[in-house]
Amino acid sequence: MRIRFRFAKVGKLRFTGQRDVARMWERAFRRASLPLAYTEGFSPRPQLSFGLALPTGAESLAEYLDVVLDDSRAETASVDLEALPDLLGPLLPDGIVIEEAVVAEGRIGSLQEHITSCSWTMRLAGVSRPELHELIDAMLRADNVLIERERKGKKVIDDLRPSVLGLAMVDTVVDQEIDPSGRTVGIMAELATQPRGVRPGELVAGLAAMATQRDEASQPMDDGSAEGHPNGLPVLDRACRTHQWIERDGLREEPLRRRDDPAGRATYALERAL
Amino acid sequence: MTSLWTQVEPLLAHVTKPARYIGGELGAQQPEHGPGVVSWLLLYPDTYEVGLPNQGLQILYELLNERPDAAAERSYAPWVDMEAAMRSAGVPLFSLEGHRPAAEFDVIAFNLSAELVYTNVLNLIDLAGLPVHAEERTDEDAVVIVGGHCAFNPEPLADFIDCAVLGDGEEVVGELNDVLATFRRPDGGWTDRQALLRALAQVPGVYVPSCYDVSYDETSGRLAAITPRFPETPERVEKRTIADLGAWPYPKQQLVPLIEVVHDRLNVELFRGCTRGCRFCQAGMITRPVRERPAEQVRTMVRSGLDRTGYDEVALTSLSSADYSGIEPTVTSIIDDPSCSGQVSVSLPSLRVDAFTVGTAAQIQRVRRTGLTFAPEGGTWRMRQVINKLIREEDLYAAVDAAFSQGWKRVKLYFLIGLPTETDEDTLGIVRLASRCVEIGRRYHKGVTVTASVGGFVPKVQTPFQWFGQNTIEELTRKVHLLRDAARPVRGLTIRWHDPKASAAEGISSRGDRRIGAVIEHVWRHGGTFQEWSEYFDLALWTAALEAHGMSLEDVAYRHRGEDDVLPWDHLSAGLHRDFLWQDWKDALAEHGLEDCRWTPCYDCGACTGFGVEHVVASAVPPAGGSQGTGQDLSTGGQVPVRFLAAAPSGAAPAAPGGTAVTLAAEGSA
Repeated sequence: MRIRFRFAKVGKLRFTGQRDVARMWERAFRRASLPLAYTEGFSPRPQLSFGLALPTGAESLAEYLDVVLDDSRAETASVDLEALPDLLGPLLPDGIVIEEAVVAEGRIGSLQEHITSCSWTMRLAGVSRPELHELIDAMLRADNVLIERERKGKKVIDDLRPSVLGLAMVDTVVDQEIDPSGRTVGIMAELATQPRGVRPGELVAGLAAMATQRDEASQPMDDGSAEGHPNGLPVLDRACRTHQWIERDGLREEPLRRRDDPAGRATYALERAL
Repeated sequence: MTSLWTQVEPLLAHVTKPARYIGGELGAQQPEHGPGVVSWLLLYPDTYEVGLPNQGLQILYELLNERPDAAAERSYAPWVDMEAAMRSAGVPLFSLEGHRPAAEFDVIAFNLSAELVYTNVLNLIDLAGLPVHAEERTDEDAVVIVGGHCAFNPEPLADFIDCAVLGDGEEVVGELNDVLATFRRPDGGWTDRQALLRALAQVPGVYVPSCYDVSYDETSGRLAAITPRFPETPERVEKRTIADLGAWPYPKQQLVPLIEVVHDRLNVELFRGCTRGCRFCQAGMITRPVRERPAEQVRTMVRSGLDRTGYDEVALTSLSSADYSGIEPTVTSIIDDPSCSGQVSVSLPSLRVDAFTVGTAAQIQRVRRTGLTFAPEGGTWRMRQVINKLIREEDLYAAVDAAFSQGWKRVKLYFLIGLPTETDEDTLGIVRLASRCVEIGRRYHKGVTVTASVGGFVPKVQTPFQWFGQNTIEELTRKVHLLRDAARPVRGLTIRWHDPKASAAEGISSRGDRRIGAVIEHVWRHGGTFQEWSEYFDLALWTAALEAHGMSLEDVAYRHRGEDDVLPWDHLSAGLHRDFLWQDWKDALAEHGLEDCRWTPCYDCGACTGFGVEHVVASAVPPAGGSQGTGQDLSTGGQVPVRFLAAAPSGAAPAAPGGTAVTLAAEGSA
């Protein structure tokens, strides 16, 4: 039996990595005595698979985990799905909030392969609202947005423009709600994951590239000045993945939709963490 | 107390492994601080991943937090990137539980398990915002305490610490807290720091360096005496020993970290102390006598620990776990426990070298079978008699044969080079021995690998080898090259070695006196932190520091000490009589081994009699297999039974020509 969980990862726990989260779940399953299925072979491991890796440091309201239970064990049949979030929740560290658990029926594909895009909210520091507005416009108008990034230890130049499916500022009210200090400006973005995912930090690097282009255009190039950016460069302060999307036949859907949740577990947890 | 979290958080986006600094482990506590509460910051002076699993620190953490008048939090050495970020942002060292500034704690207590971390100790005191020199601290500053194995020669750190605690910490930590509470002002700080230190010096097991005068011989410049400055201060500080490990079932709530650390598993201590009597081994000498945990308690701690943590691996720890009375039924009861559903693996971190032990290992590694590790330490029987690691050739090859025949394909062997009386024949004996292991392995599998891991011996205090002048860097390097060249043609054999330069630097602090403090400070002030990490270790810093202070490796590390030398740790005692150690040193030079005193008459080393304690061992007879000297005919120790000689039995893979050649070359050079 395969069970798919949807969970949030918020607060201090965002500084842990994907492998760390996997091990937290493994320990929680064992503490709950759930009959996990193990891989065959020399070094048996529980069969856990996550969606797209979340960058260390980012929060998420939309993480997924598929786990396989051992059908040859009698306990598997008696697992109570409804009770799972409350059973496992206290066994996971603060900051992992289980939203949903369903039996994944039939032949569902792997999360890694099927996710086509992710939605993010981000807080950016170092720029004012009007400046950021300008940079977003510039990026959306641009034919290509070249940034340098590392792939397998090598620096490569990539165009991230095709991967930016949507990009907008959030309104001032939301801004103030999530960061009352007024130091940061909120944006929302939908970023494609194929053929290669774009991380929030890379999107911000793209916005910074827009700022550099703008500054170079407005200044003579030959003064050799490195002073550059009179208006400052955007810096990523916080990022939170709000959705992972699977696009099929032009329709977007989530791997596991959040049930109407009056307690708003993850949203509540995120606000508390911020 | 204040929290620095809002200042720490922005730094974490820019450092490696930021989760090192967030706390939040299962088992982490949020103790209440207050006017009547002594607050302790327990520090491990290495990275989070290395320090978190430390069981000693976790035991003290729980014991202190069980007291209403104590509160303990933890911290570890921030990695270099985080330290730089902290210093540039003006963020001091902080605790992981409450992200509280280190300077707000009453006590900063270090666990010292290796000498090369000493520069990190200074760095952390500085990062805490305390004066690095103990004499500059005031009534407002925390008391700096060190414990752990290195505390048996705290003299190199004497200028920087307020006290060192010798031996088991379970009982003494509470006594320390009692004294500290008496001198603690309700608003924090001390009523009278000097009076506090003098009072601490009267707690058995506690050494306060500032309560002792040090004098040096005017002509030789050598240490002349270390004497108490006050009438009530003891002339000699004796270590603390708990009589019954069963009375201390700790840690009860082992910490489960959010990120991967070394030894990332449940640890249950089987017994403390070891009387095998290996002469190079400081841990074995200073933790006597043997005190076993009752088997039923071990089982309970394993079961409840696995249930609580969700770990799928448990290590049964001690200095020689296969020597535990009833190791087999204990292991069997764990792996056959139905609640573990067959997925729990047990590891015995230190295997004894004999075929019997391999049988136990085969049983416990049926889930995840990795490699097997043995530690013969010496390449020849003669060498092993000198170091008193009485593993006969026959037992060694029988162990390796058993390992390969039961399915293992990788065997790792630990050796030391630079041991007393070592000849090139002994050194090359390592390759000969390891090659023979490869040959034995080929009878069972094609692709066997044997790794010989070679460390340069650094003499340690409170051992019979404390008088031995360690090998120079050049000599260790020459021996490494001998080994490397001899092993090169042997297919399946890999030699790994520890950097001889690091062994030299370790030797500076290992047996140094109080004057080494200036050297450690010099290295630290020149950026030498994380010296036990090869990417940051820099011998040039150490030699420059020695030179700047008129000292040399020749005198500090390479010089043999004599019976009449005053040793910087002579006023500190691990219970071992000095004349026992000297006799054991003479026995070593005479190539005379001693049997384990657990099952044979007492040698009067002093560890039991001095403290009115005795071995707590459930079995009155040596473990089945009885290897390592006990009850064996040592006159045959160097003989290799015919079945392990190079000629392979028919039907097995022939030995590699290269292997044969090296065997000959090694023997020819003798």
